[in-house]
Amino acid sequence: MSVKMPEPDQAVLARRAEIVAALQTIVPGEGVIAHEREMRPYESDGLTAYRQLPFVVVLPETTEQVSRVLAYCHANDIRVVPRGAGTSLSGGALPLADGVLLGMGKFNRVREIDFANRAAVVEPGVTNLAISQAVAHEGFYYAPDPSSQIACSIGGNIAENSGGVHCLKYGMTTNNVLGCEIVLITGEVLRIGGKHLDAEGYDLLGIITGSEGLLGVVTEVTVRILKKPETARAVLVGFMSSEDAGRCVSAIIGAGIIPGGMEMMDKPAIHAVEEFVHAGYPLDVEALLIVELDGPAAEVDHLLARVEAIARDCGSTECRVSTSEDERLLFWAGRKAAFPAVGRISPDYYCMDGTIPRAKLPLVLKRTRELSEHYGLRVANVFHAGDGNLHPLILYDANKPGELERTEEFGAEILKLCVEVGGVLTGEHGVGVEKRDLMPAMFSEIDLNQQQRLKCAFDAKGLLNPGKVFPTLHRCAELGRMHVHAGRVAFPDIPRF
Amino acid sequence: MTDPLKPRDAKDVEAAVGWALAEAKTLEIVGRGSKRGIGRAAQWDLSLDLSELSGVTLYEPEELVLSAKAGTPLAEIEKLLAEHNQELAFEPIDYGPLLGGPAGDGTAGGTVAANLSGPRRIKAGAARDHFLGFTAVSGRGETFKSGGRVVKNVTGYDLCKLMAGSWGTLAAMTDVTVKVLPRAETGQTLLVLGLDDAKATQAMSAAMNSPNDISGAAHLPAPVAARLTGAGRAVTALRVEGVAPSVVHRVHSLESLLKSFGALATLDETTSRPFWKSVRDVMPFAGDDRVIWRISTAPSRGHEIAAAIEESEYFYDWAGGLIWLALPSMHDGGAARVRSAVAGNGHATLIRAAPGLRASVAVFEPQTQGLAALTRRVKESFDPKGVLGPGRMVAGV
Repeated sequence: MSVKMPEPDQAVLARRAEIVAALQTIVPGEGVIAHEREMRPYESDGLTAYRQLPFVVVLPETTEQVSRVLAYCHANDIRVVPRGAGTSLSGGALPLADGVLLGMGKFNRVREIDFANRAAVVEPGVTNLAISQAVAHEGFYYAPDPSSQIACSIGGNIAENSGGVHCLKYGMTTNNVLGCEIVLITGEVLRIGGKHLDAEGYDLLGIITGSEGLLGVVTEVTVRILKKPETARAVLVGFMSSEDAGRCVSAIIGAGIIPGGMEMMDKPAIHAVEEFVHAGYPLDVEALLIVELDGPAAEVDHLLARVEAIARDCGSTECRVSTSEDERLLFWAGRKAAFPAVGRISPDYYCMDGTIPRAKLPLVLKRTRELSEHYGLRVANVFHAGDGNLHPLILYDANKPGELERTEEFGAEILKLCVEVGGVLTGEHGVGVEKRDLMPAMFSEIDLNQQQRLKCAFDAKGLLNPGKVFPTLHRCAELGRMHVHAGRVAFPDIPRF
Repeated sequence: MTDPLKPRDAKDVEAAVGWALAEAKTLEIVGRGSKRGIGRAAQWDLSLDLSELSGVTLYEPEELVLSAKAGTPLAEIEKLLAEHNQELAFEPIDYGPLLGGPAGDGTAGGTVAANLSGPRRIKAGAARDHFLGFTAVSGRGETFKSGGRVVKNVTGYDLCKLMAGSWGTLAAMTDVTVKVLPRAETGQTLLVLGLDDAKATQAMSAAMNSPNDISGAAHLPAPVAARLTGAGRAVTALRVEGVAPSVVHRVHSLESLLKSFGALATLDETTSRPFWKSVRDVMPFAGDDRVIWRISTAPSRGHEIAAAIEESEYFYDWAGGLIWLALPSMHDGGAARVRSAVAGNGHATLIRAAPGLRASVAVFEPQTQGLAALTRRVKESFDPKGVLGPGRMVAGV
């Protein structure tokens, strides 16, 4: 592991037996896991390159237990790492050697479905897909659909502000949540939002969403559910170059069409997926687009014809429209299995997550190819083309000495390139530990300090998930200091410009 | 009050806030002043007028992104977007007419700082959902940025959400970047006539729960409908937008869904547009001097809440979840009635009232003790000395 985590607190480590016993009084029975063997499954999340055995694992079942655990940790200066389903691709749930790992998996009930207000109230451990399944009998669904939706939990989705292949049209998590119950590190329980829209004051729900478990622990979520579109059809479009494919994406959006999904894969990704899933992808193309249109049949047919015409103008060599629901799902099965498919052709892979202005795609792909040669590591690219979110998958072998380190260096180069061309470090996977030390490529010290001051408003002792997101930790007292010197400002009198 | 501070650029804004800090002065952040009458009427030492920070700095239609200096007139942005068949999909309300000012006088910064939206809120979200990035000067006098110019970004805390709806109390934004979207090719509105509020709520819910992708769902009880459309009956309006074949299909589908509710009529594109603009801008209550409340609640509860507030006149947007409510002048502007009717089921904001009233009653929904304390800590994390619009949202914060 090449990322440095906060130094464990020796005083806490020394008190382990006492702390475990105290936690057992709050969460009785099997809710506290303290044996090394049983804690192993929690030592990493979806970013398996980083591992750390937790100090102790606690699996609460009620908001009251969460509140008491956090209050105890707060009073005793013990760090806490919240964890949902553990599918984070950025190490957001990486444990700390001196930190309580707070697993929210037992919060797995759908509490209320309210079709009249198009809302569902669920516990944070409910999986993303289970929400859609719980409302499917009335033809509803929950829109954000990260590829891990079968496993990832809605609590984790809130922490990461998860996206998915349909977020260009339907938004990310933050655009689809209405309210939550959250427990602060002090143990204080707050209810924010509800079944209504917008906040009465500051948009605290908006700031909690995507805060990577640094501000509080969510114990209940109210999400917006949507009626499924009447139909959806997907079209596979092949191109002889990713430049042509990129131009096609811009032309579709330029024509005023916002598809339900618009995904791109490059040749290595296409081949890996086709061998794995047999989705019927063409193998003689350099780039493949999947464009999905949804709505009434009249609309879908009308727009498909326009998309096909645009694709032809952009030099497509192949255009295949799904003719049945099974075929549409097969097109997507390929894309959604891209990561595991790449996992089959390489012992290990490392998934990046930068977003770029779409027009910069040819440049970024060209530079990525050059870097790939430089580092001697293969890359397969999958791309949420509609919103410019790029997932280069770097293929490596962790058993070869030095290859993981080279991979991380290569990945960092790609992300810095994304920032350089006007993009950002992460589109949907989060900063976590993975991109933490790259934050200064995008933010100044003032920017980062302001974000940490906000953290202080929620967690003044810095006990919740420290070591994630921010490369340098500052004490809140230090961040709060002001340096105002009347004699030294530019305008000793009222400034007139 | 002294003349406003009128910075010419972002650097000047930093200097102005730095000066205010050093001199312990308070500043009211203002663009072109179109929403100045909203919020608690507090006393500030000076206005920080950002109207000279004007101009679109980046517009790439195919990237769906636009950046502008905070004081850029919204009208200029909307005109530019229209030239490229695009728009701000969140349909920001123009508060001008309702507050007795001119129409079309908002700015880019004010639009996001007030988290504006319109009838399309139920489908496309509010300003918060389209706000991608900004540069601002905090109450510490420091220039900082957050977000970016791409539509998908989770790098660091989403401070855009916090700025949206903070009414200039956390930082003075100097540049903002928003997501823009293609304008719908066409649109139509189906009207259901003569429904009472409860029945209308059901009709709107049935439409929203159908796959017809409704982009506006409003109900005007008879007295309000009469003022707006001249109709003698209540009007329940459902808007669909998109490509022509889809719009036709969905209107037909809605007609069969809703014909059992009451008599139907349709508004074509040319009549539909001004109708929704009137709903958006609360035109039924523009031009009188009643107190105006804006209530956001669960759509199914709206009609019960409205009915519980005596002497009020009202209409609904957002499928019943948004109530625009007018009350005759009374000592507390109806605050007691409104607050007890909402009672934890959403929030009510006093939008139009004389300054005296806006100084004596809470303008924004009072928060529970825990949330109020957190709000205060959040404010202090950006503006520890209370330089930026203190008291505009909450007394003493």
